[in-house]
Amino acid sequence: MQAFISDLSERIKAHAANKQPLAIHGGNSKAFYGGAVQGTAVDMRPYCGIIEYEARELVLTVRAGTTLAEIEAVMGAENQMLPFEPPHFSSLGESNNASECATIGGTVAAGFSGPRRAYTGAVRDFVLGSRIINGKGEDLNFGGRVIKNVAGYDVSRLMAGAMGTLGVLLDLSFKVLPKPAAEVTLRFDMDEATAIQRMNQWAGQPLPLSATCWHENILWVRLSGAGAGVRAAREKMGGECLENGSGSGVWIDCRDQKQTFFQGNEPLWRLSVPATTSPLNFTTPQLIEWGGALRWLRGTPDVGALRSRVEAVGGHVTLFRGGDKSVGVFHRLQPALVPIHRNLKAAFDPANILNRGRLDNF
Amino acid sequence: MAALTSTNLTTAVATMRDELAAKLREFLPAEAVLTTDEVLRPYECDGLSAYRQLPMLAVLPSTVSEVQQIMRLATATGTKVVARGSGTGLSGGATPLGDGILLSLAKLSRIVKVDHLARTAVVQPGVRNLKISEEVAALDLYYAPDPSSQIVCSIGGNVAENSGGVHCLKYGLTVHNIFKIEVVTVDGAKVMIGSDALDAPGYDLLALMTGSEGMLGITTEVTVKLIPKPQCARVVMASFDDIEKAGNAVANVIGAGIIPAGLEMMDKLATEAVEGFVHAGYDLQAAAILLCESDGTVEEVGEEITKMEAVMVASGATGIRVSRSEDERLKFWSGRKAAFPAAGRISPDYYCIDGSIPRRALAAVLKRTEELSDKYKLRCANVFHAGDGNLHPLILYDANIPGELEKTEEFAADILELCIEYGGTITGEHGVGIEKINQMCSQFSAAERETFFAVKRAFDSQMLLNPGKAIPSHARCAEYGRMRVHNGQMPYPDIPRF
Repeated sequence: MQAFISDLSERIKAHAANKQPLAIHGGNSKAFYGGAVQGTAVDMRPYCGIIEYEARELVLTVRAGTTLAEIEAVMGAENQMLPFEPPHFSSLGESNNASECATIGGTVAAGFSGPRRAYTGAVRDFVLGSRIINGKGEDLNFGGRVIKNVAGYDVSRLMAGAMGTLGVLLDLSFKVLPKPAAEVTLRFDMDEATAIQRMNQWAGQPLPLSATCWHENILWVRLSGAGAGVRAAREKMGGECLENGSGSGVWIDCRDQKQTFFQGNEPLWRLSVPATTSPLNFTTPQLIEWGGALRWLRGTPDVGALRSRVEAVGGHVTLFRGGDKSVGVFHRLQPALVPIHRNLKAAFDPANILNRGRLDNF
Repeated sequence: MAALTSTNLTTAVATMRDELAAKLREFLPAEAVLTTDEVLRPYECDGLSAYRQLPMLAVLPSTVSEVQQIMRLATATGTKVVARGSGTGLSGGATPLGDGILLSLAKLSRIVKVDHLARTAVVQPGVRNLKISEEVAALDLYYAPDPSSQIVCSIGGNVAENSGGVHCLKYGLTVHNIFKIEVVTVDGAKVMIGSDALDAPGYDLLALMTGSEGMLGITTEVTVKLIPKPQCARVVMASFDDIEKAGNAVANVIGAGIIPAGLEMMDKLATEAVEGFVHAGYDLQAAAILLCESDGTVEEVGEEITKMEAVMVASGATGIRVSRSEDERLKFWSGRKAAFPAAGRISPDYYCIDGSIPRRALAAVLKRTEELSDKYKLRCANVFHAGDGNLHPLILYDANIPGELEKTEEFAADILELCIEYGGTITGEHGVGIEKINQMCSQFSAAERETFFAVKRAFDSQMLLNPGKAIPSHARCAEYGRMRVHNGQMPYPDIPRF
């Protein structure tokens, strides 16, 4: 693996000298996401494997090219999980349906978290440390392999969602958690306004919520935790109850966007808004997750109007998949933040060779 | 090394002070600009009181717009600025600079808004940590991070240091419990970092700002996450006749799939010190005691406590008590919470260390610490956020004995080097400040430290915000390397020598 790192470092130095861009990728399961990327491909899949995993430390250190499937299999044997429940998206756009190709490096770079995000935390919340190669070809370590660490700026969390534009991710350390002892899914018939209200009210009570999803007047709620706590909450909340097995399919479909709502070629918009935001009353179909904080929209709206409207409620809009990327995939930044972003990019990648174009909002 | 700097101002600094004070008084009330030694004295140190330095002057703005004006003036005149909350920091992050402005955010102490349904509170940086939970208690909500100093420490300081507390294994650090901060940049612009949604466009600047020790911007407002108050909490207190067994019990609790609300360890010296002080009913025969807390609904807690007890028994506990009432729970915790004042009771001075290690290294690190204690002939009591591997050894010393503070600091530095050796880090939750700046040379390479400087310059190109803290210069690391030559080998061969 050291040879891989040395080769990559040399390659980056050579490309930096000539200002030739490099396009870093893992399993390409998220190739649809982000601005059009330029440059020669760098395949991170050979850089794979679990470096250190001791369940009792609650810490996992893994190479970026490792697939989520492998990580989850190894952790499953210890009855533990990646707490941010990352999407796999593997079967999307993969004609050969190579199934499980999403890597942990791609997951961190994209900053993707799944259904558990609103209740347990996002990928950035669980990143403890990172080893990266920056745009100058330097091999750097930040953070650590311990749960608490405040030495130096938190560069590791900065990598989450940076779309690989600040460094090539090599090794990543995470805080992990035990799988919940019990899990049930509840189903409620409910309109959008009531669902938003109810999800927020429940979240303010000591209930073991772990996921929510609303679509076409049905609200799905997942409860996870100690057996007695889940039982008590289920009685308190009501609804129709799906036991362990039959309910889990709902959340895999939600995590990997396998529901009918997500199929087809209509552009998919991701609206990240304050959870309590009232129904936005779009005429096109909508699906809501994360207790109201994540709203998916299909169709071809007036982009400017959509962005202004969502910005006005304190949120932002991403053109998640499909559509015309020339309108800008990511939401524009506050003007005062633009120079800070440019300076940070220049600090890590002065020749602008890493995933040039993938983050298109500064 | 603690530098007890003279308070004498050079003529140049005195002139600069007078000029700046005049300009500041153009937009600040006279009483908000402090310039005499007498009134500056309370600001000469933070919680790391071995390091003292009077600032050139101090300002106490009461509005965000005043903070902006101060920063504009600082940038225009090239004046350094050190921000300060309540001054409880333990690593010298708010130690003033003799030629800099000390910017106190204490007057910005309003709770701006509480949103019950959204479970958020918007607060100014000078609001005390505990005040937030008190304010929302009637809504059955609270703010989770609970550093020991929570009665006095400010939320702005918590953001600067990414503060933790005894419950952070389950509920996370400051970085996990804030949505958004309003920041005044070095040149006086006001920006929002983070958002009221669960993420924001662009790089995760909120993560970068949290724990940045006042070096990237001035936090002027914080939107914190509030969570439901658990219905009940109970604590298991277990005694062990051997530190290693106690360490294994911690691993076994986690191994059983339990994430306790709190999991704390104290060694014999710490237990003895606090028992004489608060009479919490601790087992004085034990080599170590563990406090393991469960919180949640009544049903959840009942189930979890049964599991925890079983794990403690199987791990060889010599005694177990479970709190039967809220009073008893608080009594069990009272000892742990009084560990620092108790140390002060059995020793004229104590020095608190903050290292983090993988839990499996616990027994080894404690044994090596004991050896160091013999070597330096200084007692060391250990309290430990065992659940998340965060050590707080308390070195007991007497500052009136010449050389003892220096010996203590060497002992502390050795413990931090041990933490690095065992795969840990030099600070779990107190920050680097000036206290641990030398050990940053051991933990990070020259290229890594240069990256930190580049990040700082991205926000603060003139290096005016809290300069000299947290990130050591190459020259400083070269100096530190020379002090710590081991086995005739010079560390950091990449650094030019002088």
